[in-house]
Amino acid sequence: MKSAVIVFPGSNCDRDLAVAVEQVTGQAPAMVWHKESALPEGIGLIAIPGGFSYGDYLRSGAMAARSPVMQAVGDAAARGVPVLGICNGFQVLTEAGLLPGALMRNAGLNFVCRSVPLRVENSQSLFTSGYEQGDIVHFPVAHHDGNYQADEATLDRLEGEGRVAFRYLGELNGSARNIAGIINDTGNVLGLMPHPERVIEPAHGGTDGGRLFEGLLETVGA
Amino acid sequence: MKARVFVTLKPGVLDPQGKAIHHALEGLGFSGVNEVRAGKLIELDLADGTPDSDIEAMCRKLLANTVIENFRIERLETA
Repeated sequence: MKSAVIVFPGSNCDRDLAVAVEQVTGQAPAMVWHKESALPEGIGLIAIPGGFSYGDYLRSGAMAARSPVMQAVGDAAARGVPVLGICNGFQVLTEAGLLPGALMRNAGLNFVCRSVPLRVENSQSLFTSGYEQGDIVHFPVAHHDGNYQADEATLDRLEGEGRVAFRYLGELNGSARNIAGIINDTGNVLGLMPHPERVIEPAHGGTDGGRLFEGLLETVGA
Repeated sequence: MKARVFVTLKPGVLDPQGKAIHHALEGLGFSGVNEVRAGKLIELDLADGTPDSDIEAMCRKLLANTVIENFRIERLETA
């Protein structure tokens, strides 16, 4: 399967993400620079990596969300191409309006950097079919602005429509309802703060994240 | 022509930075502070005649995230 990893100035998980994508798709993703106005033809997955695009200036993800390539990402998302945003990638997706809500400064003001347990709340999505509902998985987090906030009506809608994909098992960063990752209303865009691409090999200390990429490949097809 | 844009968190949105500033002020002995909210001030130097609608569009498209923030525009007419 052809795929693309979007690279912004300040992205720093782009190569880890490319390794994870290549391991399951068997094909190196195109690394697409933020100034590009088009994506390669025929891609089946767009991945937006973690990092500190534009130094987190103004708001995390704000500048990246307005860069030329994001128009093409939005168009592809509207056509149903799966889009996965991790950490800064999640922030970029909310800033671009492809996911609801906003990611604010962690409630404790601390940068949190450790492995955390998450509960898989929906195993029926494109992205989470490699898990069973209720599975507890461990992914690393490393973020300063992971405090997910949305108005109550939006939160209720996310919960009611099964669009909360992952939830922290306990309070981590102030996120409303301990939300760690959400899916858009058409089911093809996932944003999450924890890093599945950092736990894909036993040498990483775990392989829980690999199942996300494997499940994604199974649902999207090779 | 210059304009200032004040970006503030919407009422009800938790402000961890404001809380930290509040605690620090109390630590310094300022006991009469009820609440602190932190925001941003963005100064724009604009071409003369830039319409209000353009500045407002700048705010909506980039300067403020209207999911969590409000903005207020103040035009500073200079001679």
